[in-house]
This record gives sequence, structure tokens and C-alpha cells, in this order.
Amino acid sequence: MRVTCPYCGERDRREFTIQGDDTSLRRPGRDAGAEAWHAHVHLRDNPAGRLREMWYHDPCGAWIVVERDTVTHAVHGSVPAREAAR
Amino acid sequence: MRYSGFRLIREGFRGNTGWTRAWRDPSPRPDYDAIIIGGGGHGLSTAYYLARNHGITNVAVLEKGYLGGGNVGRNTTIVRANYFLPGNSEFYSHSLKLWEGLERELNYNVMHSQRGHMILFHSDGQRDAAARRGNAMAAQGDDAILYDREGVRAMLPFLDYEQARFPIHGGLFHPRGGTARHDAVAWGYARGADRRGVDLIQNCEVTGIDIENGVVRGVQTTRGPIRARKVGIVVAGRSSQVAAMAGMRLPIESHVLQAFVTEGLKPVIDHVISFGMGHFYISQSDKGGLVFGGDLDFYASYAQRGNLPMVEHVMEAGMTLMPMIGRARVLRSWGGIMDMSPDGSPIIDRTHVEGLFLNCGWNYGGFKAVPASGWCMAHLMATGQPHEVAARYRLDRFATGRGLMDEEGTGAQHSLH
Repeated sequence: MRVTCPYCGERDRREFTIQGDDTSLRRPGRDAGAEAWHAHVHLRDNPAGRLREMWYHDPCGAWIVVERDTVTHAVHGSVPAREAAR
Repeated sequence: MRYSGFRLIREGFRGNTGWTRAWRDPSPRPDYDAIIIGGGGHGLSTAYYLARNHGITNVAVLEKGYLGGGNVGRNTTIVRANYFLPGNSEFYSHSLKLWEGLERELNYNVMHSQRGHMILFHSDGQRDAAARRGNAMAAQGDDAILYDREGVRAMLPFLDYEQARFPIHGGLFHPRGGTARHDAVAWGYARGADRRGVDLIQNCEVTGIDIENGVVRGVQTTRGPIRARKVGIVVAGRSSQVAAMAGMRLPIESHVLQAFVTEGLKPVIDHVISFGMGHFYISQSDKGGLVFGGDLDFYASYAQRGNLPMVEHVMEAGMTLMPMIGRARVLRSWGGIMDMSPDGSPIIDRTHVEGLFLNCGWNYGGFKAVPASGWCMAHLMATGQPHEVAARYRLDRFATGRGLMDEEGTGAQHSLH
């Protein structure tokens, strides 16, 4: 599996650290209730198919959002997390 | 047909022409008392114990592929009861006791081999943790022996005792741990359930769950609708998809875990050895192949195969621990879909839908749990109450934070296990 860093191009998977599902981009507000935090921390769509997830490119230090198919491992592009969070 | 030594000899003389199918291949009936979604180890054992322990035989097991085609046929076959936390401790202890009587119970040779399971430790701190775990195991009524370095060397002389990075300080030995023939466990439970009247229906994918006014009424399948008063979801890595049919979002991520087997060798590794620092564990099958595995690839996956970086890591860990295996050639590698829960412990519980039950979250430890998981799931489905050894496997522990069982002590979050 090779992953595309928006800054460095296609790189070996070993250069990345994976956080998983991009839920961290959708952090609940300070006043959100316990249910919202439970959903944020624990519950997942866990799709068999395309998934947006957080990857960290160790050499360049960028957090990126990678869209990847969990059935085929095909990578369908990536964007900087900063842009995805907008 | 009952299997016995006598029948084996007789069939030997008759050219093995007298064997019959081990189970029927029925078409689904329109109505059942209970439906189990998923014909893997846990689903089949659930069906078996529903019939055996609770007399509920009007049961169907619905499997979208073939029986035992998922993780029960893809694991590294290790059976042990060396858990530490209350909740896990009594559950796996119960499971091991069921394993010890399983062949007689099922009239099926599952090749359960209690060859002993050794966990190595590499520092004083790890020694303390191992002693504490061993005491917890003993307190539970299971067995554990703490060996020092020389004790381990006497038992496992082929490990590398000279390495500086992870020096072997000793090991925690669990004599009743071991291995079993994984496929035979699925087949034995399938045959046992079938003989008690359970319909095992293969190539039958569940496409929907019928719910009326908060009560389960049955399921939609690729072979038509089937009504049932109780439905159990026992689908491991596919739990999120099936639960979504009932409007549920689960605390589960599906990940890939790889395993490997070498060409057959003469007997060389007598036990199961866990090298935690390298995320590496190994045993030798009765056929001679070295069976070993490592850690997750750490990305979500339904591919049932992994990638080379983890292959490389596992091989390096194996070479670090026992350089002798560098001469063995790997025959096959494969992956399984692990239903990872945030705290690393499973879920056997009711759901918000009456009559709908959930069994999932086995992480990378589901095989050894097969007997007790089915035992407790059957108890839950039959009585509506959790079995006492699985009472802590609640779905709501993540929402409340009460009763989390994090064996690794790393935190109850997805990316940490």
C-alpha cells in the first residue's frame, strides 16, 4: 500500500503513522453532552468501502486526511487535514 | 453418525465408503424460534448450546459464505486462560474448562493440545507484572508458573539469550494453555448443532433486520425473509454492517491481523511462545508447520490480507527471538478481519431492540473464546439474562465508562489497541 502525501507525493506506507477514522476533525463543542462525546470517542461507521482517515506523514510532519478503500486498500487521494477541517 | 475408533477401523476395511455427510444442507424455513446471523465459531457454538443447554432446537444459523470460512479458519489456534482483569478472567477460565471436555462433548476430534503457553518477560518491571498476572490466574483457579531465565532456558533452549535489546529475564508459563485444530472446532460445533436439529444455512446473506415497534420480527436474506422471535448477531469483523441494519452504530473498528505458516518441519517447538515485546507468538502445528503471527497492521481493513511492512516486522521479531527459524521457509500468509473494541474486551449483550442480541468485539482473541462465547450468548438469548461469567461484557460500558476492561492498560480508545 502506497499513500499520497499532498506535499511529498506518493510514498511508502512505512513513512506514515495512522490514527484511524477522521473523527478527530469533528470534535464536539465544549457544551456538547456525554452522548456526543461517547459517539465521538467510541462509535464508528466502520465502513466496508471508502473511509476517510487521519494519517501523519512522519518525514514532513503533516497531518493529512486520506480517502482509502478498506476492502481493496486502494488509496483515492488525500488532502491536508487543515483543509479537510474547514 | 457417531464417530469412534471402531468405526474408523471398519471404514478403513471398507474403503471409507460408509461415511455420511457431517451435517444436512437444509433450505430455510419461514419461521424459527431463534436465528443466529453468522456461521463462524461463535455462531455455531451459540446454536449448539441453545440446543444443548436450553432445549431450543428450532434454530437457524445463517451464513453468507460457508461454515467456518471467516476468522475461525484463519487464526493461530491458541487456547489459553491467562487474563488478568475481573470479567475476562472468569470468562476465559470457563472457556478453557469447556475446551478440556470439548472432544467428548462433541464426539469430534478438535485436536486440543495442552502443550503449555509461555509469555516471556524482559525486565524487572515486566517480571512483577507477570507475577501479578500469574497470581490472578491462580486466584481464578487456573494454573501459572513463574520461571526465571534458567528455567526458561531449560524448557526453550533455542531462544536467543544473548541479545541486548530484549534480554530474556524469564517467563510466565500456563501449562493448561495450548492449541486446537481451528477448523475442527467449527465443524464439531456445526455437526453437534445439526444433530440436535439446528438448521445450518449457508450461502444465505442477511440483508435486513425486521423490527416492529422496537421488537425484532425476523430477517431479510438473499434466500427470502425468515421470521424469528430472537435474533443474535455473531458476525465478528462484519458487526458494524449487520448492526447498522438495526439502526445501531457500534464501538467497533475492523482491522486486519496477519498470520503465517512455514513448510512442515520435524518437531522443534513444543509449546506456544509469546514474545510480547516483538508482538510475536509462535507454535508448531501437528503437521509440522510453524504457525506464527504479530500485531495488527493498524489500519481499518476488510481485505483479509495485510501489507509487507507488518510481514517484515513479524519476521524480524521471529529472528530476534529465535534465530533458528531463519532457515524455515514461509509457505503462506493471510489476514483476518478483527472486530476491535475500544478497550480490547468483547461485548455479549442485549440491544435497544427487544429480541435482538449482540456478540462482537473479540479483537484478536476470539478463537479461545469460542466455547464460552457460545455458552454465554445462548444463555443470554434463551433467558434474557447475561450469564454470570459474561455479565461484564456490556455494550453500555463505553457510554458510561463503568466497567471498562482494558487488559493492556493503554486506555479505552480505538487507536490504542
